Formats: sequence, structure tokens, C-alpha cells
Amino acid sequence: MKIAKKSIKFLTIALVALFSATIFASDLDKKQDNHKDGGEVNTQEEVTAYIQHHLKDSHDFTFFSYTSSEGERKHFGFSLPVILWSSEGLVTFMSSEFHHNDDGHVIVEKNGLKFAKIHSKIYELDNGAATVSFDETHHATNAHKTLDFSITKSVVGILFAAFLMLLWFSKLAKQYKTRKVPKGFGRVLEPLVIYVRDEIARPNIGEKKYKKFMGFLLTVFFFIWILNLLGLTPLGFNVTGQIAVTVALAMFTMVIYLFSGSKDFWAHTLWMPGVPVILRPILAIIELAGFILIKPFSLLVRLFANITAGHFVVMSLIALMVTMKEAFGPVASTGMSLALALFIMVIEILVAFLQAFIFTMLSSLFIGMAVEEHEHH
Amino acid sequence: MYNLIGAGLIVIGGGIGLGQIGGKAMEGIARQPEAAGKIQTAMIIIGALLEGLAFGALILGKA
Repeated sequence: MKIAKKSIKFLTIALVALFSATIFASDLDKKQDNHKDGGEVNTQEEVTAYIQHHLKDSHDFTFFSYTSSEGERKHFGFSLPVILWSSEGLVTFMSSEFHHNDDGHVIVEKNGLKFAKIHSKIYELDNGAATVSFDETHHATNAHKTLDFSITKSVVGILFAAFLMLLWFSKLAKQYKTRKVPKGFGRVLEPLVIYVRDEIARPNIGEKKYKKFMGFLLTVFFFIWILNLLGLTPLGFNVTGQIAVTVALAMFTMVIYLFSGSKDFWAHTLWMPGVPVILRPILAIIELAGFILIKPFSLLVRLFANITAGHFVVMSLIALMVTMKEAFGPVASTGMSLALALFIMVIEILVAFLQAFIFTMLSSLFIGMAVEEHEHH
Repeated sequence: MYNLIGAGLIVIGGGIGLGQIGGKAMEGIARQPEAAGKIQTAMIIIGALLEGLAFGALILGKA
């Protein structure tokens, strides 16, 4: 009975996954037909543009979009609030006012200021300008960027992950007041928390000091993991693939290990004992560059590049069913892309965990380096 | 064009590195199966460091 239940669950999940893949495929398919009629845009270019657009943050939340038989572009999703700090102060409106336009042709007027969206970035038009004009390299000449505090798609993803974590972990923490072993979903979370504590924090930071950093390490671990997994769902999030997000995460780690550095750490960084005095300033420069630039940079680039590359590969393989259709026929190309995409997707699930693990592991390694106290002989 | 050649070179280098790490870790585990956990953790850390290097080079090549 239990096995039957389990297999039903598995089949449902597989069906949902297949269904969402089909939606995505039909979306791309219709695009191609559209261009065959027009005969202008290369499908390969269209697919690349689609992937590039996905990898960026967007101001509206679109599940899927297609061109109807009348040639009208239809979007399914909802708009998100745009919050700007312009030259005249705070400006807010809904992103639906841009009508999904992304090349600066739709101008939104608010508080006497004009705004245009170009490649997922919002520009404020200069005084007196009515439309955006571009130079040869497609840079806007009479508009400038504003401070953008919008609730974009990635922000929605972050808020969603934060909400999930708050819900799960406050519930888990509350359970320990009345019982020893958690019940429900807490049973899934407890081993993970203990794994982070015993396999990541304890051996790297040390028995005495690991407790202070558990909050940060657990938050970072689950935050990255949930968002990585969210990026694999058909919702189309790409949060940990935004370089701004990974920069912020790496900055947190850097600030934490710099500010919790022990006396020994600073002594060894700035004035290394046991080497000739003439070498000490050179070593200090190298060590400082390592701790302030190279270590955070490698942390942020690893996460960003892994997730971006993963999304790129998955979407390219799904797009195979469009680009290979003429060469192999619809059935063979769809089967091929489905098999390859499934294979990469399984690897991506592993990568989602591995990147969260590596980020936490290296963070705790760096923190461990900083808080370590040496015995003086 | 040139950055594609560069990307290929990076991937060759990263592949050699990862092969070395993975191969030696396998040997280590085969010799001392009881230390498998520790070897795996160390292997993943070194692999991640190498990966960070390779990805850094790829990103710089693209920019």
C-alpha cells in the first residue's frame, strides 16, 4: 500500500514536470512559426535572446507568453510594483504600465517625469526628451538610470524563500520546547541542521567558537539551497544566478570573518612572524588581497557562474526541440531534448545542493581561519 | 573567436585538475575505505576551489 502511494506521488510529480516542459516547448514552438511567417528573425537568435532575458532579473512575473494567431503577443503572469528613487524623489507604479515592452518604446509618465524600460533596466528620461534615442552601440543617449528598489522577480523569490524559512524553522524551534523529537516536516529539517553543524561548522571553526556562527551558516545554507531548487521549477526564478545576490552573500561572509578575526589572525595577516622582516610587507599585501578581494570574489563567482551555466544549459537543451526540428523532425528532436534536459536536470538538483554546501563550507573555513587562536611556544 | 579558444583551454585545464583530484581521491578511498568521508569532503573543497578559479577565468574571458 505504501509503495503504491509512493509511486502515485512520483507519477504525479513526473506528470507535472512533463506538463510544464510541454508548456515551455509549445511556447517556443509558436514563436518559431511566427517568425517563419515573418521570415525575418533567425530562430537561433530568438532562442538566445529568450535565454538571455531569462538569466536577467525582470520587473514582471511572467509564467509563459506566446504569439496568438492574430499576431498578438500574450503574456500569462502578473505585474509587480516598480519603486524608483528618481531625481524628483520617490516614484511608484505597477510594471504593467510598460506593457511588457523592453526596448524603451513605451514611456510611462509619473510626477512629471518620464520612464522607459530598456533590457530589464528602468531609465529616467532627461528634461525635455519625449522618446529615448540610441547611439550606434544601442546605448540610450538622453536617459539615465535611477536607483531601482522595485519588487522584481528575484525579490519575490527572495521574499518567498525568507517566508518559507521563517515558517519552517520557527515551527521547528517551537517544537523543541515541548518535545525531544520534532514531528512533521521538522523531521526532514533536523538532520540537515545537524549536518550543517557537525559536518560543516564544527570541524572548520572549532569546538569552542562554532556556536556564534551557526545562525549565519544555517541561514546561508538554506537560503541558497531553497533558491537554487526554486530556480529549477518552471516558475522561472533565477535568483542565485543574479550577480548582485551572490555579491551580497559573499559580502556578508567577508564582513563576518573580518570583524570576528582574532588577534592572532591580524598578526599573521599584517606582520607575519617567523619570516624575514623584508618579506613581511609583501606577505601582508598578498594576505590582505586574499582576504578582502580574492576569497569573496571566488565565493561569489562560483555560485553565480554555476547557476547561470546550469540555467543556460537546461534552457538550451529544451530549445533543441525547436532548433533541431527541421533537421530531425518533431518527434526525434523533442525526444532528444527531453532526454538530455532530464539528464542535466538531475545533475542540476545535485549541483543545487553542492553549491549551497560549498558556499557554507568555504564560509566556515574562512571564518575558522579568522577566529583561530594559536598556541604560543 | 579568441575567447572561445580561451574557454576551451580553461576547460582543458580544469578537466585535468578535476581528473587529478578525483583520481587521487579514488585511490585514497580504495586504500583506506574507512577514511572515505574525510577524503570526499577534502576532495569537494579542492574541487570547488579549482572550479572557482576556472569560472573566474571564464567570466573574465567573457567580459
